Amino acid sequence: MKIVVCVKAIPDPEIAASIFRVDEAAKRMVPLPGTRSVMSPFDEQALELALRIRDALGEGSITLLTLGAETTRSIVKHGLSLGADDALMLVDPVFDDGDSYTTARALAAAIQRMGGVDLILTGRQAADGDCGVVGCGIAELLGLPAVTFAMDIVVTDGMLVIERALGEGSEIIEAPMPAVVTVSHEVGKVRYASLRETMKAARKPVTAWSAEQLGLDASELGTRGARRVLERLYVPVNDVQCEYMVGETPEELAGNLVERLHAARLI
Amino acid sequence: MKNASNLFVVAEVVDGHPVGLCHEMLGLARALADRSGGTVHAGVLGSGLGGAGEDLIAHGADTVRVIDAPIFAQYQADAWLPDLHAMIGQVRPDAVMIGHTPLGADLAPRLAFRLGTNVATGCNHVRVEGGKLLLTRPCYGGKAEEVVSMLSSPALFTVKPKCFQPCPKQDNRGGELVRMDSILDPASVRTKVREVRRDASDGARLESARIVVAGGGGMKGVRGFELAGRLADALGGAVGASRVACDLGWCPPSRQVGLSGKTVAPELYIAIGISGAAQHVAGCANAKTIVAINTDPDAPIFRYSKYGIVGDCHQLMPALIDKIEALRK
Repeated sequence: MKIVVCVKAIPDPEIAASIFRVDEAAKRMVPLPGTRSVMSPFDEQALELALRIRDALGEGSITLLTLGAETTRSIVKHGLSLGADDALMLVDPVFDDGDSYTTARALAAAIQRMGGVDLILTGRQAADGDCGVVGCGIAELLGLPAVTFAMDIVVTDGMLVIERALGEGSEIIEAPMPAVVTVSHEVGKVRYASLRETMKAARKPVTAWSAEQLGLDASELGTRGARRVLERLYVPVNDVQCEYMVGETPEELAGNLVERLHAARLI
Repeated sequence: MKNASNLFVVAEVVDGHPVGLCHEMLGLARALADRSGGTVHAGVLGSGLGGAGEDLIAHGADTVRVIDAPIFAQYQADAWLPDLHAMIGQVRPDAVMIGHTPLGADLAPRLAFRLGTNVATGCNHVRVEGGKLLLTRPCYGGKAEEVVSMLSSPALFTVKPKCFQPCPKQDNRGGELVRMDSILDPASVRTKVREVRRDASDGARLESARIVVAGGGGMKGVRGFELAGRLADALGGAVGASRVACDLGWCPPSRQVGLSGKTVAPELYIAIGISGAAQHVAGCANAKTIVAINTDPDAPIFRYSKYGIVGDCHQLMPALIDKIEALRK
């Protein structure tokens, strides 16, 4: 079974809101000094599901697929040390400043060119843009079925049995292969890189393709191909003044709060 | 979006009734269309739709296209796409809006790519400026917001719940109800829903509750949530949770409030042992009043809160329950 996991390098999503800055003129996030890109956590969970599938089947190959500049190299290394077999990086300046549409287009073209792919996994959304569009976009461009928000995948008799997270529980969906599945955080804990895999990772093949090698025209990619225009990026201001309750004991504090809430007719 | 702005709302119907978010989308669509003399179209697919079409008209739709067929009993993108694509082809709207729900988040990107356009997901503010449709949405886990526009037509966007005012219901409102036959070839539906597992906990009540008591990592376990449940009962409210608490299994995932969970907008939101990461606040920022209880005086949640207590929630929750019960007497 041939699995492709699409992974994106993003600024560390765990940094506190208090130190998060954007450059409004450039419409970009300002990276914190000394921090480096990480694999988007939902993509890491997608890779985890791929590894679980390979473990369960006892066979299969896992290829990491990324689009982006040199910053993606560290997440490719990370993915390989978690157990992916090889990686394909799409590196070309013409990819820059695209949107979900151009990204999906490039990734879909790469998957098509690879050939013989049974399952394409992505995170439910990238933890920077939070769009959740590229996975479904790849499915549409390749004419494949897509299942979103997977929390578990079992492969039986050449079919995918997918548990999909819903707001009020989950549903079990059957899908034929090839298919695209986007993965949600309900997957749970992801594994750590083992020393053995990390040692092996350095020798795993990493290939880079340009737009031309994908057979794509520059006009379909990056800024020129984007359908979406970023007009503004900003940190929303929040002007609530907090009134802290005063009191010596929990009873006193609780009493003061209940009094306030009652006076404000909230309770 | 120059002159007449024609909008197409994809409605989601559960048990024969459009979900509340449909009314919020119609409120937004009506406001945009009325400014420009445009038309509000709606499309709905389902099985056993009852008076859903009439309800959409009463809430602001001018034209509603309805396909009621057994194949639409359960949502699947493969089944929904051909008919919606055809409806949009007939209406030729400037913009298409879909609710940001598990259904809408699955459907919208597929529909956008099928139409050769893109989609802005989870929008919380929408306006037209200089003939341009400007879509505002949270990004970077709620730490930032972006405003985007679309070069391709129609512009698709999904609408975050509890961000727009619904139109008041007018039972005598005129509108056109078009009942259509499906063009779907059932053989083209590649996926199959084998089973639906409903969460035993009543998570839906969370979204409509007037008071929400939400717990996070500071609850320290299931026992903390038992106390939160008692506090919620005393207040006649519902229990919510942060993703941390759900991931640790202290609370069912249907209770999760935040970017990857539910969006709530109660009158009163009591965040207990929740630090207030942007991802969580994204799900409760529209609450009228937020109260925070946390041991850490620097927890970001206090910056969004009208009232705060710095202290141990395990001591404060029983005290709060006592005081509220005393108040009720």
